[in-house]
Amino acid sequence: MAKKLIYGKPSGFFDTFDRRPGITHSTHYCPGCGHGVLHKLIAEAVADLGMLDKTIFICPVGCSVFGYYYFNMASISVPHGRAPAVATGLVRSNPDCFVISYQGDGDLGAIGFNEFIQAANRGENMAVFFVNNGVYGMTGGQLAPTTLPGQKTLTSPYGRSVENEGYPLKVCEMVAALDSPVYVERTAVTSPKNIRAARAALRKALTYMKEKKGFSLVEFLSGCPVNMKRSAKDTDEWIEKNVIPYFPVKCFKDIANERKPKQSPVGIYDKEKVKDSLLATEKIHPSDESELPVPDIKGELRIKCAGFGGQGILSLGMLIAEAGHLQNLKASWLPSYGPEMRGGTANCSVVLSREAVGSPLVKTADVVLAMNQPSIDKFSPDLRDGGILIYDSVNIKFDNPGKCNVYSLDASMIAKDVIGDVRCANSVMLGAFCEIIRSIDEKSFISSITNNFRGKEKVISMNIKAFQEGRKAVRK
Amino acid sequence: MDRKKKKFTPVITVNECKGCERCVYSCPKKVLRLENKLNSYGYRYAFYIGEGCIGCGSCFYTCPEPGAVSIYEETEDNT
Repeated sequence: MAKKLIYGKPSGFFDTFDRRPGITHSTHYCPGCGHGVLHKLIAEAVADLGMLDKTIFICPVGCSVFGYYYFNMASISVPHGRAPAVATGLVRSNPDCFVISYQGDGDLGAIGFNEFIQAANRGENMAVFFVNNGVYGMTGGQLAPTTLPGQKTLTSPYGRSVENEGYPLKVCEMVAALDSPVYVERTAVTSPKNIRAARAALRKALTYMKEKKGFSLVEFLSGCPVNMKRSAKDTDEWIEKNVIPYFPVKCFKDIANERKPKQSPVGIYDKEKVKDSLLATEKIHPSDESELPVPDIKGELRIKCAGFGGQGILSLGMLIAEAGHLQNLKASWLPSYGPEMRGGTANCSVVLSREAVGSPLVKTADVVLAMNQPSIDKFSPDLRDGGILIYDSVNIKFDNPGKCNVYSLDASMIAKDVIGDVRCANSVMLGAFCEIIRSIDEKSFISSITNNFRGKEKVISMNIKAFQEGRKAVRK
Repeated sequence: MDRKKKKFTPVITVNECKGCERCVYSCPKKVLRLENKLNSYGYRYAFYIGEGCIGCGSCFYTCPEPGAVSIYEETEDNT
């Protein structure tokens, strides 16, 4: 006598599950869960069709979020309801891969319905497996779009009222009405007979996907014994008695034979060009071209520039960040401003560091450059002890509390009287900053101005002049 | 080979069974039962009464656990 395994753990599953130490062979699902039944069907079908190495399984938000611990295929976890949108990106960028979007009734029918219906309408080459159990299982059994009229859930303790919550969402019927989808079927994972029908439907959807016929949807009516507060047997019986009459189990559409396989789209981007443009900043300032040494900054130099919109606050921050970058410092620039183009308040956080910048947010500043009164009131308390405060004394009255180094200069006045344009006040502040900090070279600031106003010679010369005036004003 | 000579044995991995009874009530021949003992995770688990399995696979497909049920076919080694 020889023993032959005829039904066993499908090879679409991992041999051991690493989700939790100790429990390496069973899933996290509750006893009798419909997800487990469906997982087995998927793992078996994908393995049998030889698609394991080309299939991407999208784990939804819900109980089945841990699918990637179980399926021996590429998996990705996406934000709630966004599986069809992500699947579109995956299938368009890798036309040879097969994408399974596994979604529940909250994920597909509620938060992600638009993503889903648009993907269906575009006819993307993907298979959506819609697990419909009529409740939000993971969060404790709340009302879902597919809850039956009169069904009691956590949030409909007197039963779903159609006056208040409307009728259940019939997803398959809606999708079947669209022209693009090739295959729409509703099945149930309850009795062995229904499970076999579900298995056949699932295989059909995967086959159509393999043939690149387009969008397939298979809905699985499944049970959630824990939240339906029934045993697995009673849940199955309840589904067959109540849910199936409302959601008929049948094939709504199967037109795959009329469709030609989708042609793989030709990419409109040249990969090399995209790569070059993404790495462009690296190429502008390669380290061997800069003659200037990397400034000796200990840790991070955290700078806050603040003023009202239109003073060039964000440009000031950008000029500082770029000057640092030109000397091969790591730099971050984070603007914060209101919706107004002029007026309103604006500030930006700049971090310069020899190492990679941790957070671009500046909470405790080493340097504050303030150009109006509200800014200095707001940000001077954030200065660390011994920090540097530079402000425009034309606009600001400030009493030094004595814990920081304060520099004031008539930036607006200098810009207006000496340069002839009050808009250069930020460059005057930049000059002051350069003179006070000293660790970053003057040449870097000038290149930074030149780069920023490239093509506007008049503006460049004016700003460089303002910059030099700012340095002079501090020296006095 | 004569079909009648085939013999099937369902094997239940005790510590993967969660005692949901899906296999028990799905079995057309009613040859699976729930044990009165608990496995190491505290669930009652299914067991095969020892004869009568027809190898239909209903218990395998209805079981939510990936590897809790497997079915073996015993064949006369003619080859």
